[in-house]
Amino acid sequence: MRGAAQRRWRGRGRGRAPSVLAAILASLALVAGCSGAGALGTAEGVETVTVAIVSNPQMEDAISLSPQFEAENPGIRLRFVSLSENEARAKITASVATGGGEFDIVMISNYETPMWAQNGWITDLEPYMARTPGYDRADFIPTVRDSLSYEGRMYSVPFYGESSFLMYRKDLFEQAGIQMPAQPTWPQIAEFAARLDQGEGQRRGICLRGKPGWGELMAPLDTVINTFGGRWYDPQWQAQLTSPEVRRAVQFYVDLVRTHGQPGASQSGFSECATQFGQGQVAMWYDATSAAGTVEDPEESTVAGRIGYAPAPVVATPSSGWLYSWALGIPQTSPRKDAAWRFMAWMTDRQYIQRVGQEIGWTSVPPGSRQSTYANPEYQRVSNAYAPLILQGLQRANPQQPTVQPVPYEGVQFVRIPEFQDLGTRVSQQISAAIAGQISVDEALEQSQNYAQTVGESYQR
Amino acid sequence: MAVTTSTPPDERTPDTAEGAPEPRRRRGNAVDVWLGVIAWVVGIAFFFPVFWMVLTSFKTEADAYTPTPKIIFEPTLEQYEGVFSSGIGPYLANSVGATVISTLLVLLLAIPAAFALSLRPVQKTSDVLFFFISTKMLPVVAAIVPIYVVVNEIGALDNIWTLIVLYTGMNLPIAVWMMRSFFLEVPGELLEQASIDGAPLWRTLREIVLPIISPGIFATALICVIFAWNEFFFAVNLTAANAGTVPVFLVGFITSEGLYWAQLSAAATLAALPVVIAGWVAQNKLVQGLSFGAVK
Repeated sequence: MRGAAQRRWRGRGRGRAPSVLAAILASLALVAGCSGAGALGTAEGVETVTVAIVSNPQMEDAISLSPQFEAENPGIRLRFVSLSENEARAKITASVATGGGEFDIVMISNYETPMWAQNGWITDLEPYMARTPGYDRADFIPTVRDSLSYEGRMYSVPFYGESSFLMYRKDLFEQAGIQMPAQPTWPQIAEFAARLDQGEGQRRGICLRGKPGWGELMAPLDTVINTFGGRWYDPQWQAQLTSPEVRRAVQFYVDLVRTHGQPGASQSGFSECATQFGQGQVAMWYDATSAAGTVEDPEESTVAGRIGYAPAPVVATPSSGWLYSWALGIPQTSPRKDAAWRFMAWMTDRQYIQRVGQEIGWTSVPPGSRQSTYANPEYQRVSNAYAPLILQGLQRANPQQPTVQPVPYEGVQFVRIPEFQDLGTRVSQQISAAIAGQISVDEALEQSQNYAQTVGESYQR
Repeated sequence: MAVTTSTPPDERTPDTAEGAPEPRRRRGNAVDVWLGVIAWVVGIAFFFPVFWMVLTSFKTEADAYTPTPKIIFEPTLEQYEGVFSSGIGPYLANSVGATVISTLLVLLLAIPAAFALSLRPVQKTSDVLFFFISTKMLPVVAAIVPIYVVVNEIGALDNIWTLIVLYTGMNLPIAVWMMRSFFLEVPGELLEQASIDGAPLWRTLREIVLPIISPGIFATALICVIFAWNEFFFAVNLTAANAGTVPVFLVGFITSEGLYWAQLSAAATLAALPVVIAGWVAQNKLVQGLSFGAVK
C-alpha cells in the first residue's frame, strides 16, 4: 500500500526538484559571472600588470596619475592592490617567497630587498636600467641606492626615501627663549622638553613613539640606542641588549617620554604623534622625515608654517638618522617583466617627479629618491624649511656602521635578518610595557636579551 | 532591549494580578527598571562605536583628529566621494558573489544534513555532530599555511571560487547545528502523517518541514551572510587584484603616513550597510527564527 501511495506522490513531485536545483545553479552561475569581473575585459595583445603597493599618500597619487601611463602605453593595463603596511608586507612576503605569482610589481623596502635578492626571489634590475634611455641611475641618492642593492646591483628602484629628524615649534622656542642648535644632542632635547612641558592635560614637551611594533617604537628607539653607543649584537652575534650603553639609551628614552611625553605614550605611533603635533599638543616630535608633508599641510595641521627642523639628535655618533625607502621590485615569477619594468621606470623616473609637481603640487612630490629633486627650484621653494635636512639625513645615514662599535649586521633602525620582524616586535612589546609603567626598563631588557640571544645563536658559527 | 521581552509570563503575573502584596510589586518594578537601565547601558555601549564611525565618515580628516572629539561640525560628503572614486565596485561585486553563493551552497548542504541528523537520525549522530563542530576548533590562523600552499599549488590564488569554497566550509558546521535545532522543533506527528500518506522524502521536506522552519532558515542564512561578508583573514591572504573583497578594500585606507580615519569610517560605513539592510529586512523572520521553539 505504501509503495503505491509513494508512487502517487512521486508522480507529482518528480521533475520539480531538479528544476529548482537547476534554477539555483543557474543563478549561482550568473552571480559568479558578475563577481569574477577580474577575468573579463582582457583584450587581445594587452598585458595586465598587477602592482602590490603600500597605501600612502604618495602611492595614491601614483595611482591617480597612472591612467596617463596607460594612455602612453596602450599595450599595458595596470591593476593596483593597495594594502596597509602590515598587511602589504605579510601578503607580499608570502606571495614572493612561495612563488604565488599574483603580482608583477611589488613594493618592498630596503629591509627586504638585499635579503630577497640573495634568495633569488626578485629580479636584477641592472639590465633593464641599462637599456632604458634617460633613466638616470646615478641620480638616485647614493645611500638609498646602496641599500637597495645586492653585490652592487640594484634589485629594486626607490619610489621614495626617508630619514628621521626632529620637528619643533619655532614659535614656542622663541617665546621660551630657546635656541635650537644646528646639531642637537639628546640631553639638550630632554632639557628643552622639560622647559616646554606645561604638565598633564596641557601641552607636553615631546612626542615619541611608544606603540609596539618593529616599525613603530623600535625605529626611533633604535636610532637612540645606536647614538648612545649601543648595539643589538657584537661581531660574534652575542646579544648586547643588557649592555650599559643600551640600558642608558632605553632608560633615557623611557624616562623622557614618561616625564615629558604625550599622554597614552605606550599606544602612540606615527599617526598618533602626527595628530598630537599637528594639533599643537606637543612642542617637539622626533620621527620620519616624511612627516613634514603631513604637519605642513594646513588642512590637516594647525601648526603649519610654524615648524622648525633639526637633524636627528646625537650622543656619541656624528649622525643618527635612519634610512628607509619604499621601492619597487619584480618577483622572479612574473611572466610580464618587460611590461612591469616599463611602469616601474615611469614611476621612478625624473619625469614622474616633474609630473607630480606640476599636476598635484610640489609638496606632494615623493621625496628622498633622486638628488635632482633637491636641485629643482620649484621644489626648493615649497620645501625649503625641511628638504635640505632630509637630503642630509639620507646622505649621512650609515647602515653599514650604525653605531660606535662594530656590528655583524646592516641597518640603522633594523637588523637586516629575516628574524628581526619577530624579534623587533617582541622587544618593542617589552619596552612599550616599560613606557606604560608595567615593568621596569631592566626587566624589559632582561627579557629582550633572552629573545635576542636565541636569535643570535642561530648565527653563531 | 531584549531583556524586557524575554521575561517569562509566569514571573510577570504577580505584578499584574489583583490584590498582590505591595512590596513584591515594588521589588518587581525595581528589578524591571534596573534591567531596563542595564539593557540601555549595554545597548549604548555597543552602539556608540558604530554611531561614532558614521559620524566620523561625514567629517574632514582634520575634524576627525581633533584632541577633543568634535560632535558639532560641518558635515561633508568628501570622504564618500573619495571611497567611490578609489574603486569600491569590483570589491563589492566580489563580496556579494562570495557571500550569496556560499550562503546558498551552505543552505543546500546544511538542510539535508540537519534533516538527517534530527528527524531521521543516523547511527552515531552525536559523533557526527561533534565532528562538524570540531572543525571550528582549529583557529584559522593555524591552518592558513597549508591552505595557502594547497591553493597556490592548484593555481587557485586570487580566485573568487576559492573564497566561496572556503566560506561554505567555514559556515557549514554552524549552519548544520543551527538548522538541526530548528528541525527538532518540528512535531513528529506531522512527519508520521506524511509518511503514512506515502509522501517521499523530498516532498515531506519541501512541503511540510521547510515552511515550518523557514524563520530558522532565514536566521541561519543571515548568520552565514554576516560571517562571509565580514571575513577578512582568508580574503587578505588568498586574493590579490581580482578576487579582493570589501574588508580587504577597507584596510587599503589605513596609511602608515597621513590621516585616514574619516575616509576609513566612510568606507567602513558603506561596507556595513548591506548587512545592516539585510538584517533590517529580515528582522521579523530573524526574531521568529532566533526565538523559535522558545514558546513551545
